[in-house]
Amino acid sequence: MDLRRPNRPVIGPKVRQVGFVTPDSAAATSSSSIPAVSAAAATSAGSPPSSLSPVMIPPPRHPSTEMSNPHFHPVGSYNPSEQILGSPPALSPSRSSRFDADGSDFGGDDDESVALSGVGGGMTPKSSLLMRQPVTKTAPLVSETRKRDSNASKGKGEGPSAAPKEKLTKAERRATQEAQRAAKAAAKEAAAAGGAPSVSKQPKPATKPATQQKKDIPSGSGPLQPLAPSGSIEKKQGKKEVAAPHPRMQFDDMTKVGKLKKRAVVNQSEARNRVELFRHLPQYEHGTQLPDLESKFFQLDLIHPSVYQVGLQFLSDKISGGNARCIAMLLAFKEVIQDYTTPPEKTLTRDLGAKVGSCVSFLIECRPLSVSMGNAIRFLKNRISSLPHNLSDKEAKSRLQSDIDRFINEKIIIASKAIVEHGVSKIRDGDVLLTYGSPSVVESIFAYAHGIKKNFRVVVVDSRPKHEGQGLLRRLVERGIHCTYTHLNAVSYVMHEVTRVFLGASSVLSNGTVYSRVGTACVAMVAHAFRVPVLVCCEAYKFHERVQLDSICSNELGDPDAISKVSGRKDLNYLDGWAQNENIQLLNLKYDATPSDYVSVLVTEQGMLPPTSVPVIIREYGIERLWT
Amino acid sequence: MPDVSDFILKLQRRRIEGSHATARQTAELLRSVVSQTRMPYTNQAASLLDAVRAVGEQLIAANPVELAVGNIVRRVLHIIREEDLSSSAVSFEGLMISEKSDDEDDADQKGGPVLSAAAVAAAARSTLRPRSLQTLLEDGPLPAAPSKSSSAGDSEGKSKSDKSAVGKRLKHSVIEAINLLIEEIDDCYEDISEQAVEHIHQNEVILTLGRSKTVKEFLYAAKQKNRSFRVFVAEGAPRYQGHVLAKELIQKGLETTVITDSAIFAMISRVNMVIVGAHAIMANGGVIAPVGMNMLALAAQRHAVPFVVVAGSHKLCPLYPHNPEVLLNELKSPSDLIDFGEFSDCMDFGAHGGAPLMHVVNPTFDYVPPNLVSLFITDTGGHNAAHMYKLIADYYSADDLVIKRKSTSSN
Repeated sequence: MDLRRPNRPVIGPKVRQVGFVTPDSAAATSSSSIPAVSAAAATSAGSPPSSLSPVMIPPPRHPSTEMSNPHFHPVGSYNPSEQILGSPPALSPSRSSRFDADGSDFGGDDDESVALSGVGGGMTPKSSLLMRQPVTKTAPLVSETRKRDSNASKGKGEGPSAAPKEKLTKAERRATQEAQRAAKAAAKEAAAAGGAPSVSKQPKPATKPATQQKKDIPSGSGPLQPLAPSGSIEKKQGKKEVAAPHPRMQFDDMTKVGKLKKRAVVNQSEARNRVELFRHLPQYEHGTQLPDLESKFFQLDLIHPSVYQVGLQFLSDKISGGNARCIAMLLAFKEVIQDYTTPPEKTLTRDLGAKVGSCVSFLIECRPLSVSMGNAIRFLKNRISSLPHNLSDKEAKSRLQSDIDRFINEKIIIASKAIVEHGVSKIRDGDVLLTYGSPSVVESIFAYAHGIKKNFRVVVVDSRPKHEGQGLLRRLVERGIHCTYTHLNAVSYVMHEVTRVFLGASSVLSNGTVYSRVGTACVAMVAHAFRVPVLVCCEAYKFHERVQLDSICSNELGDPDAISKVSGRKDLNYLDGWAQNENIQLLNLKYDATPSDYVSVLVTEQGMLPPTSVPVIIREYGIERLWT
Repeated sequence: MPDVSDFILKLQRRRIEGSHATARQTAELLRSVVSQTRMPYTNQAASLLDAVRAVGEQLIAANPVELAVGNIVRRVLHIIREEDLSSSAVSFEGLMISEKSDDEDDADQKGGPVLSAAAVAAAARSTLRPRSLQTLLEDGPLPAAPSKSSSAGDSEGKSKSDKSAVGKRLKHSVIEAINLLIEEIDDCYEDISEQAVEHIHQNEVILTLGRSKTVKEFLYAAKQKNRSFRVFVAEGAPRYQGHVLAKELIQKGLETTVITDSAIFAMISRVNMVIVGAHAIMANGGVIAPVGMNMLALAAQRHAVPFVVVAGSHKLCPLYPHNPEVLLNELKSPSDLIDFGEFSDCMDFGAHGGAPLMHVVNPTFDYVPPNLVSLFITDTGGHNAAHMYKLIADYYSADDLVIKRKSTSSN
């Protein structure tokens, strides 16, 4: 480590190492990755972020990026939400990070203290390790980087001596903390026993359903699980479920499904002839919920009309596509916040979080969340919970609204612009570009490339049952781009002439797996077999630290009737009345997982990366996301 | 011949679907061609060959993509050659003296008139059939026994009337052999499905794409033997024959799951075996199959799932493919993919130099290279992809591989 030390500052700025630093330094844990981060941050601070270097790390918007001490920095950022939420005074940062590494989600359980003490407060007791952030919050960027350098050097200096010590004490500290926590939980329990009735007897009559719905945030929504800093009572009730490290709801668990059904707003009837392999996923009969929901419209005073509208649009597939769904949801939440008034005897940070949580669970009932939406919700909840307590309602609301706007603008709109610029640089004259489905970013890459007079042809590959490619084809042809349209089976026929494959993604998981519209894996596989480079275009806010190896454990099931009917082909009626025969099942998968070795490059707003660099981006970006 | 032109028209208009039907009808047609051919006194086999070849050339030209036509034509040519050799061998046995007058271009003549007829037949057999210990051993003792018995029986026949009898006999035996061929084509399903139990075990999960009658019979046979297994059927756009197959399978009580073609990669990791039908099997072991098969084969290879092709022997094609994706493919109407008129507003032919901006590609076949195929199951058993050329040598004679050039040179 010491040998490396003098090199770092030299290497750092010159090579934009993001994906390539970590693998070799993975063994050397904490202290080695700190310089990498600081070096990268220094680069980006030095050079304007608009320059399109292949790998870019935008400067952290807040100095708090470095608030972490060297030991907890690399691992702790793995599940960023816990740093704010799950770090009570007793819980040292390194400890919480250990929990993350263990893969268990402890996110929600000790946030009582967080809610009381706020973010900064949560840090104070243990923050004696290093200098702390609230001071630097207003400091200009330059001083910040300087400070970080000093920080890093300090960390390095401490590293060899401090790290082992830290490790030694970890186990015992853990034990003591466990004890502390137990004591605290017991105390809380006692307090809650007294407090519970008072809370549930709110003046608002709708509170009962609200509490019910809040409960399924921890159980029903995977990505949200660790955050949900809702009311303390809910927390304790949901504790059992939270403790189970299930990343997402498993629908083959009858007791849980029963519970979920009881509190569900959307009354979905389960589809018949379900596929055995996919018992763990919800599959509902399509079209049965809409009229039911409509009739409930006036009873559901809990759910804001705009959320309700978005939910219905999800349900009926009026809005689809990761970005569109995410934006629609955020805009709906914005309205929710706009119309929100803090009920008496409640604080905005907690009650609004619960309110948003209930909206989210409604949306989940309409259609399972995409990873991008999960990340956006996580962001919003972080913002809500980190609001200063002395803010007035109006200020808090306007701040949150501007946060949402900023998220949409920065993470989605500007990000896709950056991706377009990166992607266009890979289009040469005379290229034949293949795309599958209708990815919005890829479409704008094509449009932009056409706009700057690049001469290329597009092959649009489409598949049943949604035929999204036809919409893309129409828009491209209207722009005057030469197109070839074909179906997925013919992809190996057209692949001979293709020079680049551009694909979209619903999310990119930290093992490099690209989780995307079903069929994407097939296209990537054929392209790989034909030695055609595959470029996956994806905004970095869709990255997720989850890992997945196959397309079965986590997926979404669509309407099986869409399979039996072929649009425009009246003659194909062999499967009419299929539900009567129990031997047949129709499987309409929505997503699949493309193995990372089929992906040549990931095009993100952070630059063009190999899929192995995803965890690095998640790490960098996770911290940044927390505090913006 | 009216039925020839009729059949050609059907082939050209793609009225006949499926290689089985095509093969069967081709064989029937060639049978009538053979029976209608007038037999000259000399060179009867050659005239038969010419007649079949002339018709065959037209048939192949009518639908060059339907390789079963060419296969059957070659099979019939091979039958004629073989029957001619064996019948001439029989006639040699009777006409040992007048052997020189006979038309033997195929048999080895180096031995001269001294060579016994049985030896000629044996030589002919050995040229036609693959060498094996069996044939080697058979050839040894044979010359002694039949030469005595047959010479006793046919010793009188030296006149020309005998020759016409031989001609009739040749024609007759060719027709008989073609009948056998038709029977074989019809029976191939049974022969293949008999092997089903050897390949499908209990609780297996099988994936197939589109619809193939051979696959259906194969699965039925396994089901009849009380194996219970699960079948995933990829629907096989744009024809969606998978729906038909699924319906047929559930009628037999098989557990069937229909998936979209796009879900193949997602599901293949849970599949034990891929069983598909083929359009044709090339001599190198490559497979011409319904579109989408290459994707499936690649996915199977990725997950190390056995990729089994079941096909009757009439689908064995003795040709080696060159650029088969393009040359042995057929592009169908775009209306399978896009409704007529749906994009009519985008079809502004005036704007971009008359060329439309949009093309729709709808190929029918896919080429699966031999390295992706784990096993071929034909009516003669299971075979490796690398072994196909040898299997094909059993059915075709090397002289018939190129039909066109020979016929033009001989005409």
